[in-house]
Formats: sequence, C-alpha cells, structure tokens
Amino acid sequence: MARKGFFGGVHPIYNKELASDLAIEVMPLPEKLVVHFTQNLGAPPEPVVEKGSEVKKGQLIAKATGFVSAPVHAPTSGVIKSIDLYPHPVGTDMPAAVIIPDGKDEWLEGCDMERDTGDLEPEAIKQMIHEGGLVGMGGASFPTHVKLSPPEDKPIDLLVLNGAECEPYLTADHRLMLEHAEGILEGADLFARVLGVQRVIVAIEKNKPDAIEAMRGAVRERKGFSVEPLDVVYPQGAEKQLIFTLSRRRVPAGGLPMDVGVLVQNIGTAFAAYEAVRFARPLLQRIVTVTGSAIGQPKNVLARVGATFEDIVRFCGGIKGDTGKVISGGPMMGVAQYSLDTSVTKGTSGIVLLARDEIPQFVNDACIRCGRCVTVCPMGLNPSALSIFIERMQFDDAGEYNVNDCIECGCCAYVCPSKRPLVQHFRRAKAELRNKQRKAG
Amino acid sequence: MNEKTSEKQEEKTPKKEAAAGPRFLVSSSPHLHDGQSIAGIMKLVIVALLPASLFSIYIFGLHALRVIVIAVASALIFEALSQRIMRRPVRIKDYSAALTGLLLALNLPATSPWWLIIVGSFFAIVVAKQIYGGLGYNPFNPALVGRVVLLISFPVQMTARWVSPSRWGMDAVTTATPLGRISECLLSQGRIDLNLTQQEWFDLLLGNRAGCLGEVSVVLLLAGGIFLIAKRVISWHTPVVFIGTVWILTGVFHLVDPSRYADPSFHVVTGGLFIGAFFMATDYVTSPITGKGMLIFGAGCGLITVVIRLFGAYPEGVSFAILLMNAVTPLIDRYVKPKVFGAEKRKAAA
Repeated sequence: MARKGFFGGVHPIYNKELASDLAIEVMPLPEKLVVHFTQNLGAPPEPVVEKGSEVKKGQLIAKATGFVSAPVHAPTSGVIKSIDLYPHPVGTDMPAAVIIPDGKDEWLEGCDMERDTGDLEPEAIKQMIHEGGLVGMGGASFPTHVKLSPPEDKPIDLLVLNGAECEPYLTADHRLMLEHAEGILEGADLFARVLGVQRVIVAIEKNKPDAIEAMRGAVRERKGFSVEPLDVVYPQGAEKQLIFTLSRRRVPAGGLPMDVGVLVQNIGTAFAAYEAVRFARPLLQRIVTVTGSAIGQPKNVLARVGATFEDIVRFCGGIKGDTGKVISGGPMMGVAQYSLDTSVTKGTSGIVLLARDEIPQFVNDACIRCGRCVTVCPMGLNPSALSIFIERMQFDDAGEYNVNDCIECGCCAYVCPSKRPLVQHFRRAKAELRNKQRKAG
Repeated sequence: MNEKTSEKQEEKTPKKEAAAGPRFLVSSSPHLHDGQSIAGIMKLVIVALLPASLFSIYIFGLHALRVIVIAVASALIFEALSQRIMRRPVRIKDYSAALTGLLLALNLPATSPWWLIIVGSFFAIVVAKQIYGGLGYNPFNPALVGRVVLLISFPVQMTARWVSPSRWGMDAVTTATPLGRISECLLSQGRIDLNLTQQEWFDLLLGNRAGCLGEVSVVLLLAGGIFLIAKRVISWHTPVVFIGTVWILTGVFHLVDPSRYADPSFHVVTGGLFIGAFFMATDYVTSPITGKGMLIFGAGCGLITVVIRLFGAYPEGVSFAILLMNAVTPLIDRYVKPKVFGAEKRKAAA
C-alpha cells in the first residue's frame, strides 16, 4: 500500500522519462579533474598534497578536520597541476586541486581489494566509512559517519533508505536501484550493523515501479528489510516528511531524525558504503543525471568527482538550443550555475539544463495573500507573512514565525502567482538571524 | 619546452571560451513554476461570474449590460490613471480591476444611473485600493467599499428603485426586493406574511426576482462558486461557514417566533448572501490566509449579516458584515497561524 500522509506538497511535472530508461554510462576519464576540498557540510578538509605531487587513485588529498568533516581522495592517478580557487556547485569559488590524469587509473596500494565484511566490528565499519570520505549523496553532503554516531540516549530503531527521488528530472537513484540493488542493500546492512537496527525500510515513490520491483526482489532474502512504495508528491523525499509518512513520527522542530529514533540514508550513500567497506574503494565517483530540454543527449553518467560540467556536457552531446539555466542538482532545490567550469562533487546528483523559455522569471510582485503557499508548505509555515516581514527587514519577526524551520523545498515559490522569490527571502532571513546570533554569542 | 607551451595554450583556450560562452541565468531555487499567475486567477473568477452576469442581462435586459460595461470600463480607467499618477507600473492586464468592476456592477441595481456607477467605481479602485498601495495592500474589499459608499450616500438610487424582471423593457413596475418586502411588512404590521408557493420558491432560486444584477440567481452563483472550489481558486471554508451560520441563526429565530422571523431557507437564498459568500468574502487580500482563520471569518460574516437583517435598519447586511470582518482579518491572521511541523515537541522540550 502506498503512503502519503504529510501535509502540503506539490505535483510538478517530473520529466523523469527523459533519462529514466537510460542505463548508467561510464564517462571516460577527462583531461583534467577539478577536485574540491570542501565536499561536506561542516568543517572544510585540509589539503595534504601540493602542486606537482603525484597521486594514485584513492590517495588522500585532503584530510578531515574535526569530527564533522570527511576526507577527500584522488579520483584517479596523475599529477596535481595546481591548487587554486575554482567554481563550486554551491555558487562560489572554493579551493580545489586540479589533477591531470596519467591515464593509467592506478589504485593506491591497499585500495580496491575485496574483503570479508562478515566479522567486522561496528566501530571498524564506521571507521572505514569515515576514511572512505562518505557524505550523504542525496544533496546535503552531511558526513555519513557522524549520522552513524548517535548519542547513547538516542537509540535508533529504524533505518530508512531514501530512494524517493522526488526531485523532478533526476533519475540517478532510480538507475542505481535498478542496476545495483544488491550493493545498496549490503551497504544498508552495514549501516544497520553499526546502529544495531533490526528494521530497514527502502522508501521509493510509486512512479518507479521497476525500481520497487527490483528492490523487492533483493530484500526478500534479508530479515527485517522491506520496501515501501510512496505516493508521488514533492517533497516526499525530504527527511522529516519521509519519516512521518513511513512511521507517523514527527521530528521535533529544530530537531534531528535521531530524536525520534530514525536514521535516513540516501540509497547512493548506502552503495558507496558497500564499495568503501567491501572493496576498500573510497568515494571517488557518483551517478549524475544529465538531463533537461537543453542537453543534446540525456544520460545517467557515472562520473568521477572533479569532472567539470563542461566535460560532462560534452560527453552528453553538448548544449542544445538557447540554454537558460544550468542547475546542479534538481530543479526544485538545486543551484543555478553561472558557468560550466563547475565540477562534480560527492553531492552532485544531477545537472539539469533548461531552455531559456522554460524558466520562470521572478518579479517580486506584491503578495495578494492567496494562501497557496500556506496550503503547500510541508512544514506548516506561513510563507506569505514571512516574506512580507523579510521585505521590511523585520528578521526577528520572521524568526518568531519560524523561518528557521523552512527546509527550502521551494513548494511555496513554485505555486506563488505573484512569482515572489520566497525561498531566497527565507535563506536571507536565516543568514541574518545566524549572523545576529553569532554576534550576540 | 614545446610541450609546456602547448599545455599553456590549452589552458588558456577553455577560459576564453568560458568568457565568451553562453550566459546562464542565475537565481535562487526553485527553478520551476506551476504557471499560475495573478491574471490567471482573476480570469478564473471572472469566468465563474459569467453565468450569473449573463443571466442578469437576460433578466434585466440591456440595462444590466449597460451597468456592467460602465462599471468595468470605469474601473479599468481609474486603475490605469491612478497607477500612472502614482508612478506605479500600469497593471490593468492583471484583470484585478476588471474583476472589481464586474463585482461592483453585480452589486448594483439595473436602474443605476451612469454617474452612480462611476462614483462607485472611483471609491472602489482609487480610494479603497490604489491609495492603500494597490493590489495586495488594500485592507477592505474594493467592490464592497464602492457599493457601501453608494448605499449610504445615495439610498434612493440604491434601494428604492428596484424593478421586477422584465426582459428587455425598463418600464417595468417598481417593486421591492424579497428581503425589503418582509422588512417593510414587519415594520408596518408587526408580523411578516411569508407564505411562498412552490413557484415563488423556484423563482427565488433561479433569480426571477428583484435585486442587484448579480445577486438574483442563487443557482448560477453556486455553480460559479463550486467551479472556483474545484479549481482550487477558493477554499470551501468561508462560503460554507458563512451560509451555514446564516441558515442556523435565522433558523433558531424562526423556531422561536415564526411570525416575526422568516424561514432560514428564505434568508439563505435572498439578498446578496451567495455572491457575498462565494465571491466577496473569499477575496484573498482582505480575508484570512489559513483554513481555520477562514472558518472564524465566515462565522463572523454570518453572525453580523443575521444581526443586521433581523435587527438593523437595513434589510440586507452581507456587505457590511464582510467589510467589518475585513477589518478583523489581520487580527485573525495574527492569532490563527498554521501548525508548524513538529512544533508541539519543541515546546515540550523547551
């Protein structure tokens, strides 16, 4: 039985058929890779290589700094040509290493060898996941080992594997479930062992019946695992909404899933854990859905971390027509890129290229208080009132109206007939409130 | 040496390309939109009002058409003029002024002289809307402000010259609205005399009676209202609670003293209740934004309507009721907020 359940949400045109039937294609090694050091939420890792260093595939190039941080490894063997600021998908320039591949794609010793995971201690698994540089691959890029380390007073009894993929256009998770169901579940099993969890739910939106089928076939052998089809409504895959749909538990406002005994991991992250623990392969590549009306040939690309958007777009037949926007991630929450010099990070789930005439231009008309935003906000906020406060720079009032609970899913702006840039307002208010708090504290 | 130079050139070329390459739009997410616009919504409301508007022309003849044309045209002109004078972008293409003009017309009698319509239109568009800042900033429903200003300032033209339906001629008998009739009856005889035949009930429902242009056909207004609810332009909360409150309250009074208080169903189908409940009380700008707030708003409108109809000086109270509740809307929105996901637990934890 399918479940919906959370309040609000929207039904954008998904356009997933552009890429959903296309098998994952391995992208050949490009001529250069621009590997960002900051690929996780939290503390930015520190580079341990210099210009001119020779690196092997899988070799550490930036080490984690502190607990909430994930190391970065060389995605192939080659030479570090430079270390400088390069465009990062988040929209600013950040330090990165340019690696010129030597073409041999040669692994570092100790990497890429199969090992028996059966008798690994939970701590050892967690260590391997940390050392493999794993971060959440659904987009937020939160270091995985941190999520796997809940405090003792917050026991986890449910692990959710998020295969909802509710963002329009994206099909990376869909393809991964079709082609690597076993690996995903092995990874999930590793997570479950670390947490001591008996119950694992694989959550998939109903618009991917073949993926549901594939995962159902694969979970049959595993005790405690089940597949739950979900109603197709955006943002079904948002953590809090997903948990509510599956378990009726409400993550408290300002809280984390572990407050209600749940851990959510993207299915791509589970697969990366399988690769890291079973085969000693750090996170060096990911599936990127390259799609939209303005790409020559949509593809699900297995790309190295550091591959530039330009090289990927070229691999997919180049730009077609008058491209208005290049989005890193999905069109509801992704970041518009100003150039193709940006490169893939561990969190880049897709590159969506939209034609100019498809793109809504936000004009910031007056709010007519139609209330459409209120009826779609899955967090139960009042975007209308919030945006009016923020326009008048009344950030404290916005805080009192719970702007910090906004998950930036974009439902409000998607339906706003005045085409107000609501999410942008809310990001701004959050930043202003953060700065204020920092100054006060 | 040679290799190095070629490498450098290679490095330079892509940068140049990037500089000269395609320019992309950059903006905050989301990058999709469902396509609905202010104009689109206003057009839907106008479409929902079309059956009742056309019916008024059928019932009251060309005079109804005259009222509609003057009201809509003057509303558009006032909107464009005031936006020009106030140096705002002229936005008559958003259909909001056209809708206000149409709603005003539907709230006027077919006998309205041309100047009356234009005065009403001026108060609706210039005073009630543009002076406050234009669409989105007006605290009171513009069309209703126009109507009420006329009702108070020109009571003769607004209430004393009803004509009974007569198709295309205007030399029809002057008569009173159904609500006006029972109100007069109560004043002169101390009791009401309401024994409606089936045919008379049928006429009330269909709209074969005296009244403002748009209030006469309950059936067509209901059809338009249901269309808007189905299209999710308005929600059911306000109209259902508004009409329900009127029905229940007048029902209670009718049970207590049927000789003084009319049948609740009579109260529901007469006067401006349907056009008010579905098309005026649901105005976005001037009514609460949450479902719960709309319930309070609707109940308040119903209560005030009944008090005015049964105990006030005017036979009809829908317009005043909605305007009074418009004034309370900011207060309702302040205290009736949507429930934040997971907020009850935050309180518990704090």
